[in-house]
Amino acid sequence: MRRSNAPVFWLLFGAGGMLCALLGPVLVFVTGLAVPLGWPLTADAMAYPRMLALAQSVPGKGALFVVIALFAWHAAHRIFHSLHDVGIRNGATAKLACYGGALAITVITAASLLRLGF
Amino acid sequence: MSESATTIRIDVLRYRPEQEDEPVWQSYIVPYADDMSVLQALQHVKDEQDGTLGFRWSCRMAICGSCGMMVNGKPALSCKTFLRDLQPGPVRIEALAHFPIERDLIVSVDPFVRKLEGIKPYLVPRKPRSLADGEYLQTPAELERYEQFASCINCMLCYAACPQYGLDPGFTGPGVLALLHRYNADSRDGGRAERMQIVNAEEGVWACTAVGYCSEVCPKHVDPANAVNQNKVNSATDYFLRFLSPRGGRT
Amino acid sequence: MSRNAGAGRAYVRPMRGWWRRNPFFVRYMLREATAVAVAVYAIVLATGVVRLAQGEASWNGWLEALRSPWSLLMHLVLLAAMIVHAKSWFEIMPKTMPMIFIGGRRLAAATITRTGWGATIAVSVALFALALVFSR
Repeated sequence: MRRSNAPVFWLLFGAGGMLCALLGPVLVFVTGLAVPLGWPLTADAMAYPRMLALAQSVPGKGALFVVIALFAWHAAHRIFHSLHDVGIRNGATAKLACYGGALAITVITAASLLRLGF
Repeated sequence: MSESATTIRIDVLRYRPEQEDEPVWQSYIVPYADDMSVLQALQHVKDEQDGTLGFRWSCRMAICGSCGMMVNGKPALSCKTFLRDLQPGPVRIEALAHFPIERDLIVSVDPFVRKLEGIKPYLVPRKPRSLADGEYLQTPAELERYEQFASCINCMLCYAACPQYGLDPGFTGPGVLALLHRYNADSRDGGRAERMQIVNAEEGVWACTAVGYCSEVCPKHVDPANAVNQNKVNSATDYFLRFLSPRGGRT
Repeated sequence: MSRNAGAGRAYVRPMRGWWRRNPFFVRYMLREATAVAVAVYAIVLATGVVRLAQGEASWNGWLEALRSPWSLLMHLVLLAAMIVHAKSWFEIMPKTMPMIFIGGRRLAAATITRTGWGATIAVSVALFALALVFSR
């Protein structure tokens, strides 16, 4: 039996899933509800100077990249297998759509983070 | 219920390839007693009403693993499923899911048996032993590492529960992988390297998506989901560490 | 296929609609569906990073978009999905781990699940507190 390359994607899936379980709810709450609604947080929490400083710092860049990339790879792996569960074969098109999408998000994020400078 | 039932209806999915192309439902009324199992209901049908009904059974005490079937859409051992829990009926009985039906409630088990044979389900000695070496010694702690997985009775309910097996019958499957793990986790065994080849394949642990229903339905609490999914860690470790060892993955 | 003597043509039942036939499978598909929410949120964050790199006006435009009713509704759905993800993740986590023995006794699955939830709550409180400080 041929050795599967699944471990690579599975580790990314696992890391992303764990990060998402730990951080997903609070991040969505803060960035998508609390700050925009102005309560219980204010818009200052995500003001441009502060966010720029975060994204220009090395740890900040690292955190943003890791969160966005791992969320994307986690989702890609799970969606790929869910497509199989509803009858869409694990063919090259499905792989490209899912993992290609995660790669695109990873590259675009990395490029923007680098563009932000230090 | 104010008056106790005296009968219950069971609907069985019949299939006789010599007379029909597709399975058909057939209903029977059987006497009800609150200590009757589904198996006893089927035996009543076969003995008193319809001798053509085909189904497997043997021990009638949930240890041989022969009587697995779908009861009201869920995988169950018919000897361990009781009519009192299925009241008022009708009780829908069909052959174990995800297996080809040969006849009535009898499914084809050949692929399962072949997979089981393929994992070397026996202790492979680390080095040749003679009688003079005496017996293996094993501590209670070493026993605990594999004991629950040794409880498997090969009933295949976990295969009926596993949608990944249903979608891809090439998947080694929960039961066989649990037994594979039983031997790998046994301190007396030295066959891990050979079994890892099955674990590492796509049809090994990697077809599993941790649905977990296999462990829900297991009548012996083997927890095959645990056996399969902890071997994903082993497989991933093996995948990356093989580059470090000149001989390939660790044994 | 069947090797038996006799008329035997083994009948293979179709898998179409398999997950609708059992509540356990419906819950499984719901768990898997949370991945769509994770993907959407990753795209939202990635968009934010792109807007940030494009300058202050672009960033403020993105913050404005987050205030729209559609965005708020979407994030409410995403929040629900994230919670379903966390719940199902910690429930399945014990299954992915080998037996752990502490002081001679096996670590129970429920303990592992509770530890996971504890970590999420701790991290959430910490991050929220940080954001609160930055809200001044």
